[in-house]
Amino acid sequence: MGLIAELTHRCPLSCAYCSNPLELERASAELDTATWLDVLDQAAALGVLHVHFTGGEPMARKDLTQLVRRAAELELYTNLITSGVLLDDRAMDALMAAGIDHIQLSLQDIEPEAGDRSGGLKGGHAKKLAAAERIRAAGLPLTLNFVIHRGNADRTAQMLDLGEALGATRIEIAHTQYYGWGLLNRGALLPTFAQLESATAAVEAARARFGARIAVDYVVPDYFAARPKACMGGWGRRFINVSPSGKALPCHAAETLPGFAFPSVREVSLADIWTGAEAFQRFRGVEGAPEACRSCERVEIDWGGCRCQAFALAGDASRIDPACVLSPDHALMRQAIEAADFDAPLTPRLIRR
Amino acid sequence: MTAPGETPRFRPGVKFRFDPVRQAWMVLAPEKLFLPDEIAVEVLKRIDGTRTTALIVDDLAQAFQAPRETIETDVRAMLADLVQRGAISL
Repeated sequence: MGLIAELTHRCPLSCAYCSNPLELERASAELDTATWLDVLDQAAALGVLHVHFTGGEPMARKDLTQLVRRAAELELYTNLITSGVLLDDRAMDALMAAGIDHIQLSLQDIEPEAGDRSGGLKGGHAKKLAAAERIRAAGLPLTLNFVIHRGNADRTAQMLDLGEALGATRIEIAHTQYYGWGLLNRGALLPTFAQLESATAAVEAARARFGARIAVDYVVPDYFAARPKACMGGWGRRFINVSPSGKALPCHAAETLPGFAFPSVREVSLADIWTGAEAFQRFRGVEGAPEACRSCERVEIDWGGCRCQAFALAGDASRIDPACVLSPDHALMRQAIEAADFDAPLTPRLIRR
Repeated sequence: MTAPGETPRFRPGVKFRFDPVRQAWMVLAPEKLFLPDEIAVEVLKRIDGTRTTALIVDDLAQAFQAPRETIETDVRAMLADLVQRGAISL
C-alpha cells in the first residue's frame, strides 16, 4: 500500500504532457507542514509502506526535508519523484541526512536543446545531469524516467544509452499518459505506430543487453493497446493520493471526475477515507468494475481499466476503459490517432496566477 | 549460484524491515515489495554486509541444530533468488 503525497503543483518546468489537472492548485491552498506530518503518521498506522513525494516539483516545498525525515522515522520507504533542477549539493545532503531511500529523476530528452525546449526551462537539462551525478555520488540507486511522445520517441534507444552512462539501476520509458495537460495536447503528442514499434524494439534490445544490471520499465500507450492497464493497481486498492490542498483521491487524475465528493485529509482521517469513503469504494474490486468486465477472465488483472480515461473519452467513468478492444468505445482510440495533428502547437503547463 | 566466500549485502535502496501493522517482515524496494518466507527472513536478518555466506550458514546450522550441508544448499539457492529479485548483491 502506498501514499502518493502530491506536495505542490508548483514546478519550474512546464511540460506539455504533464499529468497534473488543468486546474492547478495555488501555493496558498497547500496543506501546511503540520498537516502533512500528521498524514504521514496516519499513513504508517494504516499500513502504508511506501511514500512517494511528488508534485508538481516536490522540492519546491521548503519543508520537504522535514517530511522525509518524519517518513523515515516511521520506517516508511521514502521515494522522491523530482525534475532534479532544484537538487543542488545542499539539498542532496539534507535529503540524505533526513533518510531518503530512493530518488526518481525525470529527463525530457537526451541533449540540452531538446530537453530544455520540452521542459520549458533554460539550463534545466544540465541541472538534471548534475542531479543524476549527485544522486549516484550519495550512494543512492538512480531511477531515470523518460516520458516519450511524438517529439522524442525516435530517441528512445539513446535515452537508454544515456541512462546506462549515468549509472541508473532502473530506467522508465513511459509513453505519455493522456490526462490533464497531456490530454489537452494529445493531438501533438501521440506517436505514430512506427514510432511505437521502434521505441518498443529499443526497450527490448536494452533489456537483453542490461540483464539484471539495469531494470527497464516500459509503460505502453493505451491508445495502441488491446487491453487496458491496471490503473493504479485497481481503484482504491493500492494507493491513496493526497493532492496539494489535501483531497484524498484513488489516483491523481480522479479529481476531474464529476459526481464525487473526495474527502479532505483536513477533515477526515486517512483510515476512515480508506475504509469508509464512498469515493474510494465506488469502483473498488470486482464489484466496482464495469458490469461487463466482472465476468471477464482479466478482471482481477486490470479491474476494468482506468475510470478517468473512460470519463475523459466516453464521458462516463463507469464505462469500460476505451483502451479495451471489448469496449464499445474502443474506436475512439483509433480516431484520436487518426486525428492527431503533429503540427499543432503545444500548450505548456502553467499555473495561472 | 553463489559461493561460500562471498559477502551478501542489501542493494542500495532496498529496505528489510518488520511491519507492525501486518506483523510480517518485508523487503521494500523503489516500486515493489515482497514478503520473504520464514526461512528467508532468518537468512535476511543475518545479512549485514560483513558476514560471508559461509558464516551465515554456520550461524543458521547452529541456531537451528540442522546439518550444515542442507542449510548451505538452501541458503545458496535463496541468495541466488534474492539476487535475481534485485534485493541483494554479492
